[in-house]
Amino acid sequence: MDYAVTVNNISKSFDKTKAVESVSFNVEKGELFGFIGPDGAGKTTLFRMLTTLLLPDGGEAFVDGFDIVKDFKKIRGSVGYMPGRFSLYQDLSVEENLKFFARVFGTTIEANYELIKDIYVFLEPFRKRRAGKLSGGMKQKLALCCALIHKPGVLFLDEPTTGVDPVSRNEFWEMLGKLKEGGITILVSTPYMDEASKCDRIALMQKGKILDIGFLNDIISKYEKPVYALRSGDMHKLILDLRAAENTDSVYSFGDYLHYTDRRGKAVEEDIKKILISKGHTDLVFKQINPGIEDCFMSLMNK
Amino acid sequence: MGENHIISVKDLTKKFGSFTAVDKISFNVLPGEIFGFLGANGAGKTTAMRMLCGLSIPTSGKATVAGFDVYRQTESIKKNIGYMSQKFSLYEDLTVKENIEFYGGVYGLSRERRKEKTEFLIDLLKIEEARNKLIKSLPLGWKQKLAFSIAIIHEPKIVFLDEPTGGVDPITRRQFWDMIYEAADRNVTVFVTTHYMDEAEYCSKVSMMVDGRIAALDKPEKLKEQFGVGTMHEVFVKLARPAA
Amino acid sequence: MKRFINFVWKELLHILRDYRTLLILFGMPVAQVLLFGFAITNEIRDAKIAILDFAKDNTTREISNKILSSGYFMLYENLQTPSDIEPAFRKGKIKEVIIFEPDFGANLERDGKANVQLVADASDPNFANMVIGYTTSIIADYQSELSKGKTLPASINPEIKMLYNPNLKSVFMFVPGLMSVILLLVSAMMTSISITKEKELGTMEVLLVSPLNPFQIIVGKVIPYLLLSLVNTATVLVMSKFVFRVPIVGSLPLLIAESTLFLITALSLGILISTISNNQQTAMMISLGALMLPTIILSGYIFPVENMPLILQWISNIIPARWYIRIVKGIMLKGVSFNYIWMETLILFGMTVFFIAVSIKKFKIRLE
Repeated sequence: MDYAVTVNNISKSFDKTKAVESVSFNVEKGELFGFIGPDGAGKTTLFRMLTTLLLPDGGEAFVDGFDIVKDFKKIRGSVGYMPGRFSLYQDLSVEENLKFFARVFGTTIEANYELIKDIYVFLEPFRKRRAGKLSGGMKQKLALCCALIHKPGVLFLDEPTTGVDPVSRNEFWEMLGKLKEGGITILVSTPYMDEASKCDRIALMQKGKILDIGFLNDIISKYEKPVYALRSGDMHKLILDLRAAENTDSVYSFGDYLHYTDRRGKAVEEDIKKILISKGHTDLVFKQINPGIEDCFMSLMNK
Repeated sequence: MGENHIISVKDLTKKFGSFTAVDKISFNVLPGEIFGFLGANGAGKTTAMRMLCGLSIPTSGKATVAGFDVYRQTESIKKNIGYMSQKFSLYEDLTVKENIEFYGGVYGLSRERRKEKTEFLIDLLKIEEARNKLIKSLPLGWKQKLAFSIAIIHEPKIVFLDEPTGGVDPITRRQFWDMIYEAADRNVTVFVTTHYMDEAEYCSKVSMMVDGRIAALDKPEKLKEQFGVGTMHEVFVKLARPAA
Repeated sequence: MKRFINFVWKELLHILRDYRTLLILFGMPVAQVLLFGFAITNEIRDAKIAILDFAKDNTTREISNKILSSGYFMLYENLQTPSDIEPAFRKGKIKEVIIFEPDFGANLERDGKANVQLVADASDPNFANMVIGYTTSIIADYQSELSKGKTLPASINPEIKMLYNPNLKSVFMFVPGLMSVILLLVSAMMTSISITKEKELGTMEVLLVSPLNPFQIIVGKVIPYLLLSLVNTATVLVMSKFVFRVPIVGSLPLLIAESTLFLITALSLGILISTISNNQQTAMMISLGALMLPTIILSGYIFPVENMPLILQWISNIIPARWYIRIVKGIMLKGVSFNYIWMETLILFGMTVFFIAVSIKKFKIRLE
């Protein structure tokens, strides 16, 4: 199998902090691969190594078939990279930014217009506006256009949706879906767990390590304990009461429900209900649900 | 309009030249409420929040925060609120202890009171081993929790939180909300913005800003009912989509 | 090449969009020249002089009248013997003594040549230089009037003597010094800031992950500032020549060539600074602290190098501006040719090569 990205036991430390610790994975050609984890998980360091901006301390990696250390020049000519901060020239207009990055890669906007068309239509009305005056969502779209303008084989997007509102995030993922259809391999990192479902495969990262890697459903199916969703009239009290209960494995709030797991495995519903009613909870809702990616992440974090 | 509103806003407007960033917004917040202030990027949240914190003078409209007028009594407002954002929080090159003592000093706490508070917070957050460590060496989750504790070190009536949980891991994110609840239980009013829609569900009341106006304002369950959807995420999408 | 031009164009846009910085960059040379110029010069009006006329003939009387009627000078006294000169100056009233040789008119008539001696009080060197300059030009004027329609041109040879400060150390020094400071400031500081700005903004990351090589990035950054600094050089020269009448005695092309060399020295220093600083603030601090201060203090711009303690004189050798000032002084004020300044040129050239080599070696093609 020919991979777009191959990583074997790659590591990187800064002083004493191990930013990335023996990480290995492969990304297939044309795949939309997500790295999911909080700040400090090592996502940015990993991306910087793969885009040849940092030298790994150990291990090896190949992007588009090129060694990230030896062939760094070839990689620099072929990959697309969008760093965490939207790296645009604030004092240049939308069009000037795009033109500049096109020429840096020895191409023109026209030559690859087809590729960015769907995204650029949003920006077209603001062509002459300075990048610094665009809204967050627009900056994000422009940065993506700039990273795409030379038709890269592999695209690295480092936290493109951080700090962006849910609607703009949705739009952004729709765009990535279209790009993927065009055959571009995309590696994207995000702190938002709910974005896992938009990726083909995902790697959950925490403290420089990959907690789990694979298809979303496979990761979720590994979650063994039954998860219950609960609610009552007083949610805050519900958390406190469940935490105090003797067989509690985990209690986390999830929006308007709590997710609860029990140490004993099955058939705990009646028992828990009894406890809660005795504590004075009213309007109790109690149901077993399928765990989500966030349940998995938290359980992996605690392992 | 009851007298007991801790924040009271009527037709508040802010214009920058010909651009209206905040367009006649009105709402009231009760003491001890967790008020979720949501909206798309560029909808005017930050501008509105700045006015309420006394950092920016409105173009027109009325607003009082903790009983003080946002035009004339900005200094009194600043004394009675706490503020924390994802971007601005603590001094990276000072230690935990130094940060607590510095902010205690900023809000005029006496020397003994600062010492007492420092011990209390270090104990509360279980960060004894980090007492003399520089902030920049701490994990983000610790920093955010500490930043929140410091934002309420002077026991303000209201605390403004601007995307406090951005980029934080899911467990810490929930611990952070536990802290918010505890503050609310002590009758501190919490005014919070977030991009995590599950967090919108934790609020006692949620307002949605779209293009400088408040497009919806109610309890989360009422909003879901009103729009006939199951999650706050869907409410957000329904409201913000036309604006995007 | 296209990529490179594209990069330079982008840099130019940055500069042009930043009105405030632009205003400072172009306004500063003008402001400084005016400031220094007016702080040093005084308009010459009714400067008191003394005349010691050994000839007392028609010609000397005509010349004296011409000088005294110019409005610049006023006769304070007529001296009788050379021994009167010293006491006349000591009294501190007069600025210049004009001494005509015996048989001045006759010599001029017979040989077409006569000598006049101009002695000036150079304790205020700038003023002395101007007094001499004005007198010389009036005499030259007279001489050319006299030569009209004659086969043998008359030649009056003014012999100039500066009292108290014979080498005229700081006269017009502000122009070479100012040029070096301005070129250094614009070139070194602005390039270092513009490179670190890209680091801060995060755009450097994107540029590194692109086919642009470090050399293109560096040179692309340098060229716009080179152009800008050349414009500034011209501004300073034009202003000092036409507003303050500082002469450019030597070759202008040579002066421009040497200035360009110094510019490149400064630019390479700027790049060097940017490789060791991660943000604009640090770049600014290093430029001001480690570059500007030593340049102003140790280069001979304000304090003559010869008067410094030995150790400082020694340190001043490593300051590029010191050599540049010597070059400019040589060309502008003394009119020397390249033969006299080849050593200074070589030193500057060596420094430039060194700085460029170090900065290319230090320029990070990766992040830290």
